[in-house]
Amino acid sequence: MTVLAEVGYYEAWWIQLLKAVAIFAVVFQLVPVILLVERKLLGRFQHRYGPNRVGPFGMLQPMADIGKLLFKEQFRPRNSIGWLFALAPAISMLTAVATMAVIPFSDTVDIFGTQVGLYGIDTSIGILFAFAFGGIAFYGLMLGGWASGSKYSFLGSMRAAAQLISYEVSQGLAVIGVVMQAGSLSLTEIVGWQENNVWFVIPQFVGFIIFTVAAFAETNRPPFDLPEADAELVGGYNTEYGGGRFAAYFAAEYLNVLVVSGLSVTLFLGGWNIPFVDPPTWVDPIVVLVKMILFSLFFIWVRATLPRLRYDQLMSFGWKVLLPLATLNALVTAIVVVST
Amino acid sequence: MSPSSWSPGADVVAVQRGPRPGGAGGAYRAFGETLRGLKTTFARLVEGPKTFQYPEEKVPVYPRFRGRHKLHRFEDSGLEKCVGCSLCAAACPADCIRVVAAENTPENRVSAGERYAAVYEINLSRCIFCGYCEVACPFDAITMGHDYEMSDYNRSDLIFTKEMLLAEPLDRTPLRAAGE
Repeated sequence: MTVLAEVGYYEAWWIQLLKAVAIFAVVFQLVPVILLVERKLLGRFQHRYGPNRVGPFGMLQPMADIGKLLFKEQFRPRNSIGWLFALAPAISMLTAVATMAVIPFSDTVDIFGTQVGLYGIDTSIGILFAFAFGGIAFYGLMLGGWASGSKYSFLGSMRAAAQLISYEVSQGLAVIGVVMQAGSLSLTEIVGWQENNVWFVIPQFVGFIIFTVAAFAETNRPPFDLPEADAELVGGYNTEYGGGRFAAYFAAEYLNVLVVSGLSVTLFLGGWNIPFVDPPTWVDPIVVLVKMILFSLFFIWVRATLPRLRYDQLMSFGWKVLLPLATLNALVTAIVVVST
Repeated sequence: MSPSSWSPGADVVAVQRGPRPGGAGGAYRAFGETLRGLKTTFARLVEGPKTFQYPEEKVPVYPRFRGRHKLHRFEDSGLEKCVGCSLCAAACPADCIRVVAAENTPENRVSAGERYAAVYEINLSRCIFCGYCEVACPFDAITMGHDYEMSDYNRSDLIFTKEMLLAEPLDRTPLRAAGE
């Protein structure tokens, strides 16, 4: 059998299971937090309070929202394709969660005498793995919109397909600079390089900007929320969804934001490192989570600031500005890496 | 004269145009403007919320605010000021005031004049709060109060009778202090 990827460090199978559950639990708990923080912060950005009625400081608002969605009747349009309609939100969820597996929260640490790597898995193709699932993620939106059998959903899913494909190219090219400098695709090794040298946000600043902009498009967040575009497309690909399936799409969107934040923290913002300080190992996961949340807050800040792009602007920006810039960035990095 | 050689007079000002959109310059400017926008929204965050938490925190009204009507009595004698002249009903553009007058008798003296309003009803579901009744009244018997919380579950409950209008209204809405 051909080896597709080498894995940096193995543990016993039960440790891997526990790790998977722990990472999923921790990051999934952040979804309602981000949901609430987004609504609160958006309110503050617009001179208002945001939700503050349910529970103390409105902290139970996401619970109320999710509870309401879960108790809603499952409904599907008559000319939808049933099994695809049900499967699509699950694909969205799955890809978002799967990408989380490669985000390292710390290096291998000693827990009760056992060496445990604080990440889902450390493959030699870490970034490729993340991008592969990013590529599959668009099937979630695409199939959902198409299987709905409604024209607005269809338009939304077509937009999603075009947008995700165009911006994935630039995002991948932006990361190539990082990969070339670190000399590895493994995310833990990239963080290790940043630990010894400098955070990639400084030598790869252009790459960081391109990655961030493309990340907005990849997660369908404003100003690139054209697949949803409530003003033009009613709700885009999720127009016909309600109840639990809509909740799955909704959670997947916020999970994607967290995952993309995690990726950019790992790739550009030094992972679990803090400059000039050398904290004990148990702080590392907290550092990563805090950085992830701070980066997600930036997403919310941009959402409060920028209006949605027009479709042709989106396309021309992606192909005429981001892609040449990303190519140039990769080219210059290649020359610098080879000549030094 | 060909169109190209035509020149406008010295008083004609050329239109100021911004830089052409698109291209590398456009992307650069868009980046700068995005940062400016981020700064603008962040400044709003620092300023803090400006909204009123309505049911708990009420917006104070101005002294001339036209809220629910009040009927008045003379403070010394306790007699009603309204003499049942129906001028308010005549002035009302929404036709929501109904007055039925009756004669005062020495045994039953209700108002200071010859007659009094035996029935005085305002249908607040029709009232447009224009204040014409207040202007039309020759005795200042009806004035507009400050109360704006009048919603009810039943339309018939919104027909206010004389007793309800004469009663001291619940002080539910704050009055704006001078200079506020």
